[in-house]
Amino acid sequence: MADLRRRILNWLDERFGAGSVEEFLRHKTVPWHRHSIWYYFGGMTLFLFVVQVLTGILLLLFYRPTANEAFESSHFIMTQVRFGWLIHCVHSWSANLMILTAFVHMFSAYFLKAYRKPRELTWITGVLLFVLVLGFGFSGYLLPWNTLAFFATRVGTEMAGSVPLIGKWLLVFLRGGEEVTGATLTRFFGFHVAVLPGLVTLLLAVHLFLVQRLGMSVPPGVERRIAEGKETARFMPFFPNFLLRDIMGWYAALGVLGALAALFPWELGTKADPFVPAPAGIRPEWYFLFMFQTLKYVPAKFLFLEGEFAGLLGFALAAAVWIAVPFLDYKAGFGRVTRFFTGLGVFALVFIAVMSALALR
Amino acid sequence: MVTTDPATKEGPKPGRRWINLVLGSGVVASIASFIYPAIRYIIPPAVAESTSHSVVAAKVGELKNNSGKIFKFGSRPALLVRTADGEYRAFSGVCTHLSCTVQYRADLRQIWCACHNGLYDLAGRNVSGPPPRPLERFAVNVQGEHVIVTRNG
Amino acid sequence: MKSALASIVLVLSAPSLTAAATKDSCVSCHSTLDGKLAAPAKLFDSDIHHQAGLSCADCHGGDPTDESVDAMSTAHGFRSAPKKTQLPDFCGRCHSDGTYMRRFNPKLRTDQLSQYWTSVHGKRLKQGDVKVAACVDCHGVHNILAVADTRAPVYPTNVASTCAQCHADAHTMEGYKIPSDQVARYRSSVHAQVLAQGDTSVPTCSTCHGNHGAVPPGVDSVANVCGTCHVFFAQLFDKSPHHAAFASMGLPGCVQCHSNHEVVRPSDDWVGIGEKSVCVTCHVPGDKGYVAGQKMADDLAKLRAASARVDGVLSSAERSGMEVSSARVELADVNEALIKARVNVHTFDPEEVRKLTDQGVEISQKVYGAGVAALRERDLRRKGLGLSLLFIVFALSGLYLKIREIESPKNP
Repeated sequence: MADLRRRILNWLDERFGAGSVEEFLRHKTVPWHRHSIWYYFGGMTLFLFVVQVLTGILLLLFYRPTANEAFESSHFIMTQVRFGWLIHCVHSWSANLMILTAFVHMFSAYFLKAYRKPRELTWITGVLLFVLVLGFGFSGYLLPWNTLAFFATRVGTEMAGSVPLIGKWLLVFLRGGEEVTGATLTRFFGFHVAVLPGLVTLLLAVHLFLVQRLGMSVPPGVERRIAEGKETARFMPFFPNFLLRDIMGWYAALGVLGALAALFPWELGTKADPFVPAPAGIRPEWYFLFMFQTLKYVPAKFLFLEGEFAGLLGFALAAAVWIAVPFLDYKAGFGRVTRFFTGLGVFALVFIAVMSALALR
Repeated sequence: MVTTDPATKEGPKPGRRWINLVLGSGVVASIASFIYPAIRYIIPPAVAESTSHSVVAAKVGELKNNSGKIFKFGSRPALLVRTADGEYRAFSGVCTHLSCTVQYRADLRQIWCACHNGLYDLAGRNVSGPPPRPLERFAVNVQGEHVIVTRNG
Repeated sequence: MKSALASIVLVLSAPSLTAAATKDSCVSCHSTLDGKLAAPAKLFDSDIHHQAGLSCADCHGGDPTDESVDAMSTAHGFRSAPKKTQLPDFCGRCHSDGTYMRRFNPKLRTDQLSQYWTSVHGKRLKQGDVKVAACVDCHGVHNILAVADTRAPVYPTNVASTCAQCHADAHTMEGYKIPSDQVARYRSSVHAQVLAQGDTSVPTCSTCHGNHGAVPPGVDSVANVCGTCHVFFAQLFDKSPHHAAFASMGLPGCVQCHSNHEVVRPSDDWVGIGEKSVCVTCHVPGDKGYVAGQKMADDLAKLRAASARVDGVLSSAERSGMEVSSARVELADVNEALIKARVNVHTFDPEEVRKLTDQGVEISQKVYGAGVAALRERDLRRKGLGLSLLFIVFALSGLYLKIREIESPKNP
């Protein structure tokens, strides 16, 4: 058996140079310390992304992206296709789970200052990936073409219209017209199955390459303790030890997904009708709630700026700071923990949590 | 691989094989429980498409001239009529008055609603009784030995 | 080619040429006058008689070629605007002459005049009452439009307003001791509402009262009138005990419970012993009718409740993503049973109503079963989940043991 493996690897090595990859993997290690648990979240997000791609491809076999047929084909998948309900529900739940794990992954990288030199580009590609994942969520939510999704999309794209200068153009570009129509649906479908996957693949390739090349970041606190001799540096081989643990996490995630799909199936709702008035309490999906709620609190006029624009400007500035944090918190590159940025991160977390909670009330 | 860990009660080799068995069977069974639904999913269901737009209403020869048949179209009843001249016509089977199910009356050569005596002609027009609007008309096509009814728009 | 073109132009301009040639002095003179005297000339363009090629002289006589006032002399056969009492005969001169009318519109009836003399309006007019309606009061004068023209005062959607000119005027009606609220009552009826949406198959004033031969239907014939459209109800009523009972009391069928003008959509609480019940108008607690009403109301309520219950279960299944379209089609049969049961109320026999409500409840129970089965199938998925979770737990424990095994002699 081992001989056969050796023969296959040799064959691949002669053509791909796979031997060096195998060598690399065999020697890859993961730092093992009390914050190592956060290392799992990147792989978990990647795993859930793979689940999304696979279930998404299966859904593609039956789904039709037009206003006439989107709801009917989703209904068909749910009711007529064997295990269609399972694929559809897993896809819906895994989307939410993936956004959650990506969120945790990003914030853990922030708090553990994994963005510091030399991992600035890993951070930047990561934040961009997060934005793309939110885009996946937003575009995918519309696809079943039910009432809730229709109005949530209308509200969401309306916000895009408030961006100054390019707002109107942006709104028309997103909607494929002035209003949310079947054109919007087809366009979102294009984004969801072609544009976003393409962009994510590119960014993910860069992100993963950087992670492999630069290895896992050790938090500055742990580094200092090791330097001061208070702790010994421990490493776990990636293959098979860390990988087995990764796989355990992925299995647990599959179990959770299956349980959610069977116990809390996603309701299809009613088919979208552009001519009925919006039902009360329309709001976007949970991951956009904090933005939605914040915009509600912004006064009509903020200084000399129009309220909604001021709100969006605030978000844009926050996003700019967030993505530029490796350069702003350059001191972290020298191993120094600047409390200000930790505080900023805590504030962001609390803000998001509070705003989301208020929106749900 | 030799282990001097006193924690394992059994000898190394049987313990290891047992663990490999649990791991192997667990992984294989769980993967099978993922692949099985995926494979059944890929195989097209008996009804290939949603029937809300188009459905096989009858087989050719099933309906005699001057007769009608109620069939299911989506989640509503519909009516297939074969006129005295042999032509197929299809309409919504839901009366426009109070949504009773209409039927074809061979004696009257018209479509009749039993609830309040409403009558529609063979173009679906409401000609007598309470119905306020005509019956929605569907397209009928004969394909091979199937009579297929399609909703427009 | 040129000559053909010229002759076409000539033919097309013929009417205007002949008009210019015949010079209708009536129009040319009256259009220069003021107010009432100018009106006929101005209005006549839209009149259907004008479009049929008739002119002032065809009704009023006189000589349209004579430019002077002599055009209106009796020597030229001039008939001035007729007095009210002479009006029907004035119009009837042509309109009851079949041979003459055939030249213009062969399918027009010619019995309007004879019908009119049988009507209340006609009879009173003969006695000299000039306040009643005659031809021009409903059809207009000098700008008479075809009945099928939606602007005509006698087009179905306009009839009630036309009748209301007199019949909704309390002062006018006082003299005849007729109420003046009929049109207002009619407007609140379901017939008026449906008519306003363009469905002209529903009755307006003339449908039940007649138009030229207008007479309110008598107490013994009202049910016949309603029964021309509401066939089943009239048939059942005639066979029911109420028919003889009402006839002996001089009460009209249908109208007694449903009103004549204010015919509104009935509801189930008209049946039985509740507040809105029409049964208790006559029936008292304990008598046969009272008990029958109660039974019928209870059965209808039972069927309504069953239908709502099934609808709830099916909606719940649909929202969970279960396929229940066949059940939905069958649920339509329950609705149909309820509608037919309401028709059968007019037999006033609880057994007849119960036959249908029992049928409906039976179907609803079957459909309910289908809905529950769909929900159970949804729950069955949890069992399938349990099985796959078992495998996953197996794999997880296998992984855990493997990790422990490969790490026990080493330091991670």
